[in-house]
Amino acid sequence: MTSVPKKSKVRRSLLQRYAAAPHIAWAILFIIAPLIFVAYYAFTDTVDGSVVFSIENLKTFFTPTYLKIFSRSVGLALISTVICLLLGYPIAYFISRTKPKTQRLLILLIMLPMWMNFIIRTYSISELIKDTGIINSFLGKIGIPQMHIYGKEGAVVLGMVYDYLPYMILPIYSVMAKLDYRLVEAAGDLGCNSFKVMTKVIFPLSRSGVISGITMVFVPSISTFYISQKLGGPSTLLIGDVIEQSYNASNYHLAAALSFVLMVILLIGLAVVNKYTDDDSGGMLI
Amino acid sequence: MNNKLVELKNVSKSFDGEIVLSNVSLYINDKEFITLLGPSGCGKTTTLRIIGGFESADEGDVIFDGERINDIPPYKRSVNTVFQKYALFPHLNVYDNIAFGLRVAKVKDAEIKERVSEMLSLVNLRGFEKRNVSLLSGGQQQRVAIARALINKPKVLLLDEPLGALDLKLRKDMQIELKKIQKATGITFVYVTHDQEEALSMSDTIVVMANGKIQQIGTPTDIYNEPKNAFVADFIGESNILDGVMLDDYSVKFAGQEFKCLDFGFNKNEPVDVVVRPEDVDVVSVDKGMLVGTVSNVTFKGDYYEIIVDVKGFKWMLETSDYVGVDEVIGLYIEPDAIHTMKKSEYSNMFGDYSTFSDEMEHLSDIVEEEV
Repeated sequence: MTSVPKKSKVRRSLLQRYAAAPHIAWAILFIIAPLIFVAYYAFTDTVDGSVVFSIENLKTFFTPTYLKIFSRSVGLALISTVICLLLGYPIAYFISRTKPKTQRLLILLIMLPMWMNFIIRTYSISELIKDTGIINSFLGKIGIPQMHIYGKEGAVVLGMVYDYLPYMILPIYSVMAKLDYRLVEAAGDLGCNSFKVMTKVIFPLSRSGVISGITMVFVPSISTFYISQKLGGPSTLLIGDVIEQSYNASNYHLAAALSFVLMVILLIGLAVVNKYTDDDSGGMLI
Repeated sequence: MNNKLVELKNVSKSFDGEIVLSNVSLYINDKEFITLLGPSGCGKTTTLRIIGGFESADEGDVIFDGERINDIPPYKRSVNTVFQKYALFPHLNVYDNIAFGLRVAKVKDAEIKERVSEMLSLVNLRGFEKRNVSLLSGGQQQRVAIARALINKPKVLLLDEPLGALDLKLRKDMQIELKKIQKATGITFVYVTHDQEEALSMSDTIVVMANGKIQQIGTPTDIYNEPKNAFVADFIGESNILDGVMLDDYSVKFAGQEFKCLDFGFNKNEPVDVVVRPEDVDVVSVDKGMLVGTVSNVTFKGDYYEIIVDVKGFKWMLETSDYVGVDEVIGLYIEPDAIHTMKKSEYSNMFGDYSTFSDEMEHLSDIVEEEV
């Protein structure tokens, strides 16, 4: 269906040749260089004021304390990703089946919260769910038992789902909106009831959107520190928090080492995921 | 042969208040190749989709094998469809596309394998099992779509403009092949097209539709030789359609002249539409001509010339194998059996002569518009 245009041998104009230059400069300055610094700090340590090669900080990641924090991060990120998927997939499907005008409105509503600063949104959630927060004082007034999730893992998951759900919905929606409805009819024609249409046609064809959504929710969830700080407590310390704390304590080598290992683990994870989605059906965020 | 497999009774359908089908009734015999023919927006695709179950009739009954199936969803009907532009599953290869229906029906793998390979040889695609469907040519995708539908051994196969996206040569080949497949499998084909040549060459029965109504149902010869109204006469083949008056049985007056004809049963002096096919008019010398006119245009068509002749302001289209030059004055001779008279209808006067005719126009009308 999609064909990748071959690189043409026609000489490109001056504009074409240099149009990418600002981006390349930007990438070198703000993506490549920081990565080099992260690697540099990760593999070194400062001993008596001089920088020496060391993998001690990298090893720290694999000590029981840090592994426990890391596995908690993975666990919470996984739970929120699964919840986002379970909520987001039906929503995306529903939106894609409505009239174009309704689709635009619903997508706007999904994106609207994203126009507000993420920190403010998370802060508002904490005001809502605190033990003395808006929800609980309301529940107290009408005599329903209050909920005490603030400071616990549930609150962190709630925050992650709230903050990242649009990143699950949008890529799935964008794939589904492009899905040829005649394929659904063809499946029905060939004997599929609506459940089988879902499992045999719609789900396989929207897989790239699902993978993209999972990536877009899981990666920020696993490395977040703000959500766990604002909504969690000591029991919800995440790997992102530890990195931030080391950084604030000016322990750059440890902060860089932890970031480095986390990054490598994520890259391996993404590579595995990509191996299973080598099709190019456009599972990109719109 | 003559048992009714599908029947539509007084079916009507509208979309957003716009009437697409009004009071359509027709029946389809078992093992028959029936074609729904008409211009874009005439309701032929909607009729097909109602038989397939993708649309529901607002009014009327859809009967299949003696049972009313109005509320039966597509997946429970023993009908399969070859969709316009094929609608193959892009995530499956050729084999899996064709096997789709059998897998859904939980047929055993060994049998699936056998039937798929049977289908692949039927549509001449052996060796294509593992191919990605989106990398196939239009004709090959078409064959996969046909195989995917036929493998389920439906009682009726619905084909929605299946050859519309193919080039002319391939289309002609596929027409012959489809007809062959239909004969070989003995499955009832319901075929939708806007291409009258396709309809004439393939069908046992043609249903001509316009504006959501059936204009005529008949065999290709019936439809061509005995069109019911001016619309059918104009849509099927080329026609000179003239205003006439039926003077008496076997006698009709048009173009300011009295002619003998074979038609009867009209009232005396009843106004009629007269159809004369271009190939039924003989070009003769002026003194032998029943009508006399001046040649205004000559087009070479390969095995014949298509000429436009101006007879007292009315432009006739004729086909002749002998060359005549532009501005030549010729005589026209019309045999009684070449004259076909029709009752006046809502389509009378909508189709005039060939004064606006040009090759360019013909190409314009060939452009396929998206169906409702």
